[in-house]
Amino acid sequence: MTTDLDLTAISIFIAFFVLVTAMGFWAARWRRPATLASLDEWGLGGRRFGVWITWFLIGGDFYTAYTVIAVPALVYAVGAYGFFALPYTIIVYPFVFAVMPALWRAAKKAGHVTAPDVVYGNYQSRWLELALAATGVIATMPYIALQLVGMATVFKALGFAGEIPIVIAFVVLAVYTYSSGLRAPALIAFVKDIMIYIVVIAAVTVIPSKLGGYAAMFAAADADFLAKGSGGLLLSAKQIVPYATLALGSALAAFMYPHTLTGIFASASENTIRKNAILLPAYTLLLGLLALLGYMGHAAHLQVKSNNDVVPALFQTLFPSWFVGFAFAAIAIGALVPAAVMSIGAANLFTRNFWKAYVNPAITPDGEARVAKFTSLAVKVGALLVILFLPTKFALDLQLLGGVWIIQTLPSVVFALFWKWPKAPALLAGWIVGFGAGTWLAVADQVKPLHTFAFGDCEITAYTGLWALGFNLATVLIVTAALRVMATKEG
Amino acid sequence: MHRKPGGVVTAILLLIPYLGLLCVPFYNKREPELLGFPFFYWYQLLWIPITVVLLWLAYRRVRHDD
Repeated sequence: MTTDLDLTAISIFIAFFVLVTAMGFWAARWRRPATLASLDEWGLGGRRFGVWITWFLIGGDFYTAYTVIAVPALVYAVGAYGFFALPYTIIVYPFVFAVMPALWRAAKKAGHVTAPDVVYGNYQSRWLELALAATGVIATMPYIALQLVGMATVFKALGFAGEIPIVIAFVVLAVYTYSSGLRAPALIAFVKDIMIYIVVIAAVTVIPSKLGGYAAMFAAADADFLAKGSGGLLLSAKQIVPYATLALGSALAAFMYPHTLTGIFASASENTIRKNAILLPAYTLLLGLLALLGYMGHAAHLQVKSNNDVVPALFQTLFPSWFVGFAFAAIAIGALVPAAVMSIGAANLFTRNFWKAYVNPAITPDGEARVAKFTSLAVKVGALLVILFLPTKFALDLQLLGGVWIIQTLPSVVFALFWKWPKAPALLAGWIVGFGAGTWLAVADQVKPLHTFAFGDCEITAYTGLWALGFNLATVLIVTAALRVMATKEG
Repeated sequence: MHRKPGGVVTAILLLIPYLGLLCVPFYNKREPELLGFPFFYWYQLLWIPITVVLLWLAYRRVRHDD
């Protein structure tokens, strides 16, 4: 990587950044409602996003900038195992198709803004609502911080030293999210996603032709893995169950996060969501091709200090300056969209399930919007402070724990849509056991996503979040049965 | 899901991708290669269009109220 500043790349990078910032502020006028001063308008864009806006919005905030950096980095480092993101982002869509239209319907009917709102509507349990809302907020915070890590990677590659650029980018983001709400990331997502599509299509067509084709690329990676003695083009026997369970667990967790649910709730109809389940896999194709950049890094014989530098280094080595600027802008803008939606999702949770529930139950729609706007600022400042003052590993570890935590909300959010039998105490007990067990297992394993249980001679290593979900579900069933027995004895 | 005639077929359509992608030993292989891609890679990429078609078939079976 060159250390001197590449002025062409930097100019193009800044030009796109300015364009997107202008769009963020202008978004407040886009599809202008009578007033932005309600949570439905500020936090859900008026629930009027049709098929295409939703496609760009969810695509933009589910496939984040961090993904663009981290997935190829993992594939570069370990090979096949890093590909679990591909089955994960395929099997997530049948789940979305089956579950999310019903959740949207429940929310729309009663004017709910968050998943804990829906759960409170179903069970009238403040404790369950609080547990779910708190899980959502703490799982989202480190996710926002990771978007900053993604952005910092391209800033560093462009030659910007220090932390000032990231602070400026984030302050600008915070201000236009404050004024425009969900309309800002929805509008910016159009630009971001089109840029990312151009970058990835260029990368997967141009790079292999420069490096001698796909077969040569796989061969180069294979040779490097053999020389290194770890990683490989195929999974080792020990990686098979972890691969499958990470894919399944991640798919079940993905649409429990506040930022993805915000995209669901902001949709105009049930069919908007179903059509998106059919259309969103286009981004998965993009992700699959992007993951291959990791192998292209081997074919290009890159020398990188950190695996996360693979994608920026690959572009700088193989593309002209102007395209490097364009690609890096795509990645940095790619961090802004999810960061905005995440902070809005967390702000909606705080406003509805904490402020309205405990501080001011009589709050007006206008007041709700004000609390949420302020909270979105606070959330972003918090994420920025974490990145500036704590080691990156802290954010990474927390994000991993966040996945283990958020999946524990699934029974409470989903079961009531299909069945009447689960009761709030059983679901709350399940959440407590799942959350506790998941945290304990993950921390005991030095914050690794996998845990090994031995059943006699048979050892099974699987995704910790899925183990914990198993304990959660078992608890729900046992407590439900116990409640029934007690009820029949009393009756 | 409200019990609708044909709900079972829809459920099966939605479960097929899980079968295809979670049976990892089936596709953890190098051969046959396609356009330079080992089987492991093109097989998983192929499940993207397959899943889209399955979801589209499921979509046609759902009664649309809006």
